[in-house]
Amino acid sequence: MLQVEAVDKSFGDFMAVCQANLSVGRGELVAVIGPNGAGKTTLFNLITGQLWPDRGEIIFGGEDISGLPSYQICKRGIARSFQIVNIFPRLTIFGNVQVAVLSQQRRSSNLFLPAQNLAVEETKSILESVGLSDKATHIAGSLSHGDQKILEIAIALGNEPELLILDEPTAGMSPEETAATLELIKNLASSKGLTILFCEHDMDVVFSIAQSIMVMHQGRTLVQGNPEEVKGNKKVQEAYLGGE
Amino acid sequence: MFRGIIDLKSLWPIAAIFIVLLILPPILPRFYTYILALIFVTSLLAMSLNLVLGHGMIFQFHHGVFYGVGAYTAALMLAKSSLPMWVGFVAGPLMAAVVGLIIGWFCVRLTRLYFGMLQISLGSLIWAIVFRWYSFTGGDDGIHGIPMPPLISSLNNAYYFILIILVICLVALYLILKSPFGSTLEAIRDNPQRCEAVGVNVRRHQLMAIVISTFFAGIAGVLFVVLERSVFPDLLFWVLSLEIFIMCLLGGWFTFAGPILGAAIMVALRTFIGIFTEYWTLILGVILILLIFFLPEGVMGYFLEGFKPHAKEVAERRGE
Repeated sequence: MLQVEAVDKSFGDFMAVCQANLSVGRGELVAVIGPNGAGKTTLFNLITGQLWPDRGEIIFGGEDISGLPSYQICKRGIARSFQIVNIFPRLTIFGNVQVAVLSQQRRSSNLFLPAQNLAVEETKSILESVGLSDKATHIAGSLSHGDQKILEIAIALGNEPELLILDEPTAGMSPEETAATLELIKNLASSKGLTILFCEHDMDVVFSIAQSIMVMHQGRTLVQGNPEEVKGNKKVQEAYLGGE
Repeated sequence: MFRGIIDLKSLWPIAAIFIVLLILPPILPRFYTYILALIFVTSLLAMSLNLVLGHGMIFQFHHGVFYGVGAYTAALMLAKSSLPMWVGFVAGPLMAAVVGLIIGWFCVRLTRLYFGMLQISLGSLIWAIVFRWYSFTGGDDGIHGIPMPPLISSLNNAYYFILIILVICLVALYLILKSPFGSTLEAIRDNPQRCEAVGVNVRRHQLMAIVISTFFAGIAGVLFVVLERSVFPDLLFWVLSLEIFIMCLLGGWFTFAGPILGAAIMVALRTFIGIFTEYWTLILGVILILLIFFLPEGVMGYFLEGFKPHAKEVAERRGE
């Protein structure tokens, strides 16, 4: 479904991503791991068009999407959440998700219908599925950090993506919130049949839910395989797991 | 079309104000009728800016240009062509929107301050053309004694015409802000990058907002011609643009009706303090300084904040 092939991205002299390869099959739950600064977020930004690659190809649904603006990539079926909370702080929770749903329904430019009567069912069912329905009328900026991270995911769901990319969905969460969020991700993957690509620091989390893991180190792809293969890989042990 | 977005209870005070405004002109001295009508025109101008400024965070620094273009287009067509008069009235806003489209097309490529700087440059170019082209625009003399249709030629009738157009425009602006277009615009204001990531073409959306906003500025320009029967290059000068900007901030740029209040305050200050001293901007400066320190959300924003049911709740949650 998604193929990243030999992608490079440098900022000045610094090669943030160098010869990165990644393959995501339909219906898979794929994790990208690597130490801080390994280039995980940059790689996601390249896939969703926040950044453009210097070299290499990003194939989604049979077409090269590298270099497209992010709104077009979203329209092709890739939605994402961000590592650092990236929401609409002055809008309500409902409004936050509705913006995405309206965009998905291609009604963003509609001028003369009241927005509050549109896309209501869809928005409500998304809030229901992530457990934010009771806070629908709250202003997003006033939510706790954990809820804002969940809202991140809810906004991304508003686009009805085929591929959902989650950049450290549990960053900054308490252990209980983390557990609940993982449960949510697993549910989304199974109930909506979503393909999910995520990155995460917590190794237990990654090895417990991911079907395929890609390891990055200093911008390079070391290996991609199932959890067992990755655990057994020499290069990974040296570079990342400290040679355990 | 209005379902769910207009609360009947809050409609009563608005209806009351409207009725008072309807019965005022025969009672009021001419001068005050004129000032009220000028406030209406200026209100529409400020409201049109606030569509992009307060609801879109687009720094339209030279909004006066579109007001002036609307006014000049109508004035030139009324004074120099033999076309039916309504053509001039329609051409004003359309011309303003076209100029808005052209200037906006360049400006949306830049963000925030750079957007504003480019707009000031392009706008000043238009001002310079109007200011210099004596044979066509009358240069710095402007155009005076523009003929009006008999129906709106008296001051009171002009007042009613302006008031009705203002009300129609306010309803239209309100609907636009409550539409998907408006809520997406506010989402762009809050977080353009995220908006792009949910599939919104941010630049196109902003350009559309600019075109709508400049169209309404053009209407305000035409209404100015109806009221004053003259136009002059100051309508396009950057000083006026700055005043419109201040009206929005003064009234409350995150509220719907704030700019009306801001426009009323500015017109009143200029008129009544202007009688005593030509340095009325000095008083304005002091008011602005106080405003920045004590009412950062503007006058209207300050009063609305106190009435919000959830304001306390939010404050409590922030406190934990």
